Amino acid sequence: MGLLMPHFGTIIWMTISFIIVFLILKKFAWKPILNSLKTRDKSIEDALLSADRTRKEMQKIQADNEIILAEAKLERDKILKEARDLKENIINEAKQKAVEESGKILDSAREALKAERLAVVKEIKEQIAGLSIAIAEKILQEKLETSNEQKVVIEKFIHDLKLN
Amino acid sequence: MIEGKVIKLVLAIFALYLSQNTLGSDTTGNLPVAVQHNAHAENHSADGHGKFEAGKFMFEHIEDAYEWHILSWKDNHISVPLPVILYSREKGLNIFMSSKLKHGHAEYKGFFISHEPPHENRIVERLGNGEIVAPLDVSVTKNIASLFVGIIIILTIFLSVAKAYNQRPLQAPRGLQSWVEPMIIFVRDEIARPSIGEKKFEKFMPYLLTVFFFIWINNMLGLVPIPPGGANLTGNIAVTMVLALFTFILTTIHGTKVYWGHIFNTPGVPWWLKIPIPLMPFVELIGVFTKPFVLMVRLFANITAGHIIAMGFLSLIFLFGQMNQLFGYGVSVISVFFLIFMTFLELLVAFIQAYVFTFLSAVYFGMAVEEHH
Repeated sequence: MGLLMPHFGTIIWMTISFIIVFLILKKFAWKPILNSLKTRDKSIEDALLSADRTRKEMQKIQADNEIILAEAKLERDKILKEARDLKENIINEAKQKAVEESGKILDSAREALKAERLAVVKEIKEQIAGLSIAIAEKILQEKLETSNEQKVVIEKFIHDLKLN
Repeated sequence: MIEGKVIKLVLAIFALYLSQNTLGSDTTGNLPVAVQHNAHAENHSADGHGKFEAGKFMFEHIEDAYEWHILSWKDNHISVPLPVILYSREKGLNIFMSSKLKHGHAEYKGFFISHEPPHENRIVERLGNGEIVAPLDVSVTKNIASLFVGIIIILTIFLSVAKAYNQRPLQAPRGLQSWVEPMIIFVRDEIARPSIGEKKFEKFMPYLLTVFFFIWINNMLGLVPIPPGGANLTGNIAVTMVLALFTFILTTIHGTKVYWGHIFNTPGVPWWLKIPIPLMPFVELIGVFTKPFVLMVRLFANITAGHIIAMGFLSLIFLFGQMNQLFGYGVSVISVFFLIFMTFLELLVAFIQAYVFTFLSAVYFGMAVEEHH
């Protein structure tokens, strides 16, 4: 067999075999293999992309969180300050009110005392007047007989007797 | 990336060197001398045996045969007979086992193996009138049997791998998949995609993958020294011719207007090279045919050269052993060492040649489907 001369039988067998192998491999091997390689590549790419996206989102959320935290801190401080102010206000007001109240109470007590005293004085005056009259009557009954001059003198005494 | 490019460059230079080397040595004398030697050896063996003929030894291995020779011990030949399928005009279809021919020493139904040109080592037929003609011969020879073995291996590997992909979608490769997948991705991303282009490479992937693995696995099968390996299938010119022919047909079928325009009206060339004598179109048209021709010769020459070298080292042992038995034992050590070295080199060549054939096919497809730029 010549080394450089292609033999007819070999060509025939080779052609038929190669075509059959090619068709079988194309349908049952290359198609599923290439397809699954492609889908796997794509899924890996997608996974990487989504991981990247998630990381970015996480970063954003973290940044947001920090902002929210800072805001919350500010809010808290504000609330605390307000509360402190309010407390002071309340205390101050209470103090003021207490002072006012105590003043009022004192005033009214003073007023009542004054009225009481007046009433007492008035009563005492009346009683003194009555007593004086009675005393005067007794004295006059004993020493003097009813006379206008004596009555005038008594009146004058009473009038001069100013207790208040 | 840079490392990969350097490796690729080294491989490419290496492949070029090998192909140059083997082509050169084949055409400049080795081959004719060896063939002459072979014919000479046949004459010798007819009248007596015992003398070791290196050329005969080598070419018996490299060439195709009707039986698969395993072992010879003195005059006993152990070989696997293969079916012979012949169609003769006189006797019609004849199918019989090659053992009927007694290793080329017997005639069966008028069929025998010729020992003379023009049908040397081929089955010829003695017609009724004494005329000797070659019948239509589609026998399952050693190479065809090796082809079937290779096909069984290829189908087993890739069908099971495909099954694995179907059963475990979107998961990391395992077992055979891990060996096959980098190769498939290599063919896809390093050969097809850059040579053909992003848009059209998918159409050619099945062919490129089939060719790549077909050549590679059969190359490696040829390196296995014991049957069912060891046949010189990818170093058979008919086999490489069929492969190159498929590349040629696919290139021609898929040729775009731009491709044919490039051939018949090459742009950027002075008009006087096209009219009145169509010099450039002629040169370009020759190029269309030389491309597959070169594919055919390169694969054939590289693989055959590898087998010749391996057989050469083995022959050395027996040649020296003929002079002096002790000398033969001494040389065997060196020979075996070189044989091992060559086998590793051939393992590399097996891959490189599969790569080069696939890569050049992809480049030709890329030229054929090129669009205007």
